[in-house]
Amino acid sequence: MRRPKKYESGEATQYISRRAALRKLQLSLNDFRRLCILKGVYPREPKHRRRAQKGSSEIKVLYHTKDIRFLLHESIVWTLRDYKIFAKKSNRDRAIKDFRNLKRRLALFPEIKLDHIVKERYPTFIDALKDLDDCLTLLFLFSTFPSLHLIPREQSNLCRRLTIEFLHYVIASKSLRKVFISIKGYYFQAEIKGQKVTWIVPHYYPFKPQSRQEVDFKVMSIFVEFYTIMLGFTNFRLFHGLNLAYPPQFPSSVLQDSEESLKDEASFVSDRIAALNFELLRTDKVQEDEEELDIDMELLEQDGDSKRIIKMKQEAQEVSRLRTLFKGLKFFINREVPREPLVILIRSFGGKVSWDSSIFAGSTYDEGDETITHQIVDRPSITTQYISRDYIQPQWVFDCVNQRQLLPTNKYFIGETLPPHLSPFVDSKRDSYIPPEEKALLDPSLIETHAQSDEDSEDEAEKEEEETVDQELLDAQLQLAYQQETAEYKKYGGPDGVNEDEEDPEDDDEDDDEEEAEEEELDEKSKRLQEEKQKMSVQSGKVHKVNKRQVHKAEVDEHRLQARMVKPRHRNLFRKLIREKQTKEKEEWLLRKKRRTIEASEKEARKTAKREARKEAAAAAAKASKLGK
Amino acid sequence: MTKKLALKRKGKESEPINKVVASSEASENEEEEEDLLQAVKDPGEDSTDDEGIDQEYHSDSSEELQFESDEEGNYLGRKQSSSAEEDEESSDEDDDGEEESSDEEEVEDEEKDSKLKQSDDKPSSSGAASKKAPTTELSKRDTSKPEYQDSDTSDEEDIRNTVGNIPMHWYDEYKHIGYDWDAKKIIKPPQGDQIDEFLRKIEDPDFWRTVKDPLTGQDVRLTDEDIALIKRIVSGRIPNKDHEEYEPWIEWFTSEVEKMPIKNVPDHKRSFLPSVSEKKRVSRMVHALKMGWMKTTEEVEREKQAKRGPKFYMLWETDTSREHMRRIHDPVSAPKRDLPGHAESYNPPPEYLFDAKETKEWLKLKDEPHKRKLHFMPQKFKSLREVPAYSRYLRERFLRCLDLYLCPRAKRVKLNIDAEYLIPKLPSPRDLQPFPTVESMVYRGHTDLVRSVSVEPKGEYLVSGSDDKTVKIWEIATGRCIRTIETDEVVRCVAWCPNPKLSIIAVATGNRLLLVNPKVGDKVLVKKTDDLLAEAPSQDVIESERIKTAVQWSNAEADEQEKGVRVVITHFKPIRQVTWHGRGDYLATVMPEGANRSALIHQLSKRRSQIPFSKSKGLIQFVLFHPVKPCFFVATQHNIRIYDLVKQELVKKLLTNSKWISGMSIHPKGDNLLVSTYDKKMLWFDLDLSTKPYQTMRLHRNAVRSVAFHLRYPLFASGSDDQAVIVSHGMVYNDLLQNPLIVPLKKLQTHEKRDEFGVLDVNWHPVQPWVFSTGADSTIRLYT
Repeated sequence: MRRPKKYESGEATQYISRRAALRKLQLSLNDFRRLCILKGVYPREPKHRRRAQKGSSEIKVLYHTKDIRFLLHESIVWTLRDYKIFAKKSNRDRAIKDFRNLKRRLALFPEIKLDHIVKERYPTFIDALKDLDDCLTLLFLFSTFPSLHLIPREQSNLCRRLTIEFLHYVIASKSLRKVFISIKGYYFQAEIKGQKVTWIVPHYYPFKPQSRQEVDFKVMSIFVEFYTIMLGFTNFRLFHGLNLAYPPQFPSSVLQDSEESLKDEASFVSDRIAALNFELLRTDKVQEDEEELDIDMELLEQDGDSKRIIKMKQEAQEVSRLRTLFKGLKFFINREVPREPLVILIRSFGGKVSWDSSIFAGSTYDEGDETITHQIVDRPSITTQYISRDYIQPQWVFDCVNQRQLLPTNKYFIGETLPPHLSPFVDSKRDSYIPPEEKALLDPSLIETHAQSDEDSEDEAEKEEEETVDQELLDAQLQLAYQQETAEYKKYGGPDGVNEDEEDPEDDDEDDDEEEAEEEELDEKSKRLQEEKQKMSVQSGKVHKVNKRQVHKAEVDEHRLQARMVKPRHRNLFRKLIREKQTKEKEEWLLRKKRRTIEASEKEARKTAKREARKEAAAAAAKASKLGK
Repeated sequence: MTKKLALKRKGKESEPINKVVASSEASENEEEEEDLLQAVKDPGEDSTDDEGIDQEYHSDSSEELQFESDEEGNYLGRKQSSSAEEDEESSDEDDDGEEESSDEEEVEDEEKDSKLKQSDDKPSSSGAASKKAPTTELSKRDTSKPEYQDSDTSDEEDIRNTVGNIPMHWYDEYKHIGYDWDAKKIIKPPQGDQIDEFLRKIEDPDFWRTVKDPLTGQDVRLTDEDIALIKRIVSGRIPNKDHEEYEPWIEWFTSEVEKMPIKNVPDHKRSFLPSVSEKKRVSRMVHALKMGWMKTTEEVEREKQAKRGPKFYMLWETDTSREHMRRIHDPVSAPKRDLPGHAESYNPPPEYLFDAKETKEWLKLKDEPHKRKLHFMPQKFKSLREVPAYSRYLRERFLRCLDLYLCPRAKRVKLNIDAEYLIPKLPSPRDLQPFPTVESMVYRGHTDLVRSVSVEPKGEYLVSGSDDKTVKIWEIATGRCIRTIETDEVVRCVAWCPNPKLSIIAVATGNRLLLVNPKVGDKVLVKKTDDLLAEAPSQDVIESERIKTAVQWSNAEADEQEKGVRVVITHFKPIRQVTWHGRGDYLATVMPEGANRSALIHQLSKRRSQIPFSKSKGLIQFVLFHPVKPCFFVATQHNIRIYDLVKQELVKKLLTNSKWISGMSIHPKGDNLLVSTYDKKMLWFDLDLSTKPYQTMRLHRNAVRSVAFHLRYPLFASGSDDQAVIVSHGMVYNDLLQNPLIVPLKKLQTHEKRDEFGVLDVNWHPVQPWVFSTGADSTIRLYT
């Protein structure tokens, strides 16, 4: 029997380097990259790199051999080769100026069809939903792009169309759960069929020319090519799940025949669709309102009271509350406020919204409407204000959604300094530090009392200060009065009856001595008795004070000694864990410390400001009194 | 321009002839001059460039004269050209400058002469004179040469250089620039260097209108007409200034349609009957359109539009059904990105913003961004409208794309455990009391580090040996030093005889081992011991030479007797350690320098010594008697050997896997051995179990100096250079299946540090759970 050679079996044959893969597929690196992106093939990390690389220890890009063999059977490999042929032939036509042939050839441009790849990469619809995060984030970015060399206009238009469609679905299904304004963009999280889908919409205007080393638009464009197809199919299924017509259309009631609409119907409709402000055409004509949800609740009630079920029930209740959060409210968005994110929020939670018709098509009422309850404003002041509505800053809407309740608007009034905007995504397990604002949200009673006590103490301090000030004032007045009196006395008075009482205390002293002498005799007896009694009596025990610090130290020492008994094979892991824990604690400590110093300095500033104001007031009062005198 | 150049060439070409003629006859000269005139005249007619030509002509004549006076033929052309440019010539040449200035005067004279002459016999050849009397000149010319007047000179253009239309740089390397009609070389005019050029530029007012003729290499001065012409061309006007652009239009053919046709032929029938072939073709097309074989452009366009863009349909029939198809092998889905925390908010709580220090640190890590605490710098904006686009957004999305297709993926089990989980579950120390917890007594008196301590078997007294060459005996309860025994050398080790019926202390000092009667405690006992040690028993066995050279037994001298020393055993090398057998008859000493005689066993009753090993197995560090069995433990640097003293054979070799053993202690039951090493470890050997340590403990942070088991309680203590004494619970069960339980209980750290040393020795009280430790700070401490 032949002796097996090294690297002829096992891990070495499971992996294939990129170079070998290219040779096997007979593709250029660019084509291979395109293929990998479209097919979702990625390099693998072998268990033993050295073995997988047949003994060499440098780090190579390794693919699974089966993946490469899988690519070999892909039909778009042929299309990629056709591209090459096409480029060669059309270049030839161009060179010899055979434009007729060239035109014919251009019409026959080989197109890649990706439908089967979507199906193959996402065997179930849920899989597709799970992978929607990157897709949406990238498409939302591309939908803002101008026409570039590597990104054709059509692609970014398609991105825009698909993302708008997706937003329509989110609004119609009311599946939005969390929102967050970050410095990078708006984070949205929706729950679609039990899957949490998170995407980012960048702040306007994200495109900037980039150097080739920084960003390669070609690669991103290939991703987008696949993602558009994927999102299209996903949208199709999502729309059909809600009995909405796809591609989205409006019911005839929305589209009144006006001059504007008749002129260019397609663009009119697409504008209205982009406005996200109208209900879409339904295919079933029946409005069913959240029956599904109620059934769920009932089922849960039947199930009993295990902890998980209670939690689920609470969650369901919260969600149902969230779905009707803005019901009955009427918003108006001022022109300086980013329209789209707010429209999504308000509409998906049941509110009505409009904006100035000059910003974007699709506004339903104008600013003068008296029934508007909230106007979203992002400027320091506004000239004409209606009494009937609240002028709030956009953060209010976001915070309301995250809190799942309508917050009091006073902190968010126009021109107010906003309270911090907290992330709804923070896992309490991940971060040990919880800022006081979040604590307040978790337990409102806690912060209120705290604030009250704070105020109380401040009030007291104020009172004291007031008193001192008053005292000074009083003193000054008394001084005045006294001076006046003495002046009067000098004028009129003689020394009458001043020393009358001086002799009395001496008499008293003598009396006391006598009494004491009598008492002493009695005392001796009583003392003895008392002593005896004391001997018999139980003395009150002294409280043994435990030095908390020492106890703590002892505990820590003990724990340290025990930690030294960790098994040798776990020692490194243990150390790593401890180090991680320590850094986390340090971070937390640092944040806490910073917060404390900030608060202290703020308080100090507030105090000094108040004190100064009061002093001024006092000075003014003094002046006034002087003037009066 | 070309005309002009050609003209000049002509002039030059004619000159050699002139020269020849001039030398011979005047009459011929006249004819030649007529020729010349003819050549000159043509361009004059074209561009009305009279002045220049005249000048040139005139200069020619003057040059001729000058030339005659001084130089040869080759030079001629250049001279002429330079003179032709009258004004600039002086700056052109260095040597000829003077001459020429003088020449010019001559020229002027000549001019006058020539004018006179011209007016006399050749009026056509007038130079400056032509201005004075152009009409006369013209008329003269007309009369003299009528036959050339309408001749087109372009064909006959006189070419002085015959090389033809070739790139003139071919002649760059040669002295000449071509050949004239006589196949003679045309020599290049000397090239001035850049300084000349510059000087000319400064001095010559006409420099700007001077150009170089590439064919002849001569400088040519453009005339005003030339410049006017160039200006017209540059400004895009018609070059000929005489051309009238807005002449009245002459209608040669009338645009008006006449009422009556000019020709009276009727139209052909074809012109008003539809074509049959076309009709057929149209009908065919209509048919094709009807049948749908052909499409209108509109339809084609619509179809194209419809074809463009992807088509979507119901790809998945249900949410979760899975169709069997070939897929990527063992798919690993990419992990999702981390969700943002509070710090990323546009309006975060104030503590998340960086202070100056954090900002600096963040900026410092520019080259290694992965080390940063956060990948972005938190910012706070007062309102939403102030938030700009995130500058790294595109880059981040791109990096994510790279991650998705380029990052190797593998399935890994993420360990999500708490650190506490890894700490073995041990009983709480509170449940394992009693054990020493506080320092209750400090025995001071030694002046140097205390090496060793030993406790009386009854537990009333304590002996310690120190580097200050004294042995001190203390009362444990009071901390009083009862007796101090001075020795000659450093005391390395003291050991109280474990037999309660004897009161002997073995003191290892230098080379000598002293057996001391401490004279404390029971007086009867002291007396008995003294009696026992008073005289040596009779020696019946003859000792071998090997032992004799190593050890001598002797009774103590008188002065030492007073101190309490009874017997002195002198060794041949310094003793490091002494240990008693449990019965108190045998004691063993270690001399690390003694090579194969480094371990010795002495028998007190017979005053006899033995050397158990003939061969050295390494540097012996420590020896120990088994409490029950006749076994002897010998620790070398790395290993521990257990010998059976009866059978005189090696029983077991324990592998410690450590660098250097410092001490040992055996459990009173004899089945477990505790070893301390200088590499911070303590090893617990279960002798029944294996030759490898049952447990390795790294309780100390520095070299462990000594360990000790308690005789009664399940406790052991260790002392280390980190100044700590650690008391641990070491329970050995009678049940063989149950492993010993080891729990560290208490760290007692009150010793002070001296020269890197902390605790040197630990020892237990024989009855109470009290531990004694000696330290480099020359104290002995008692922990209870």
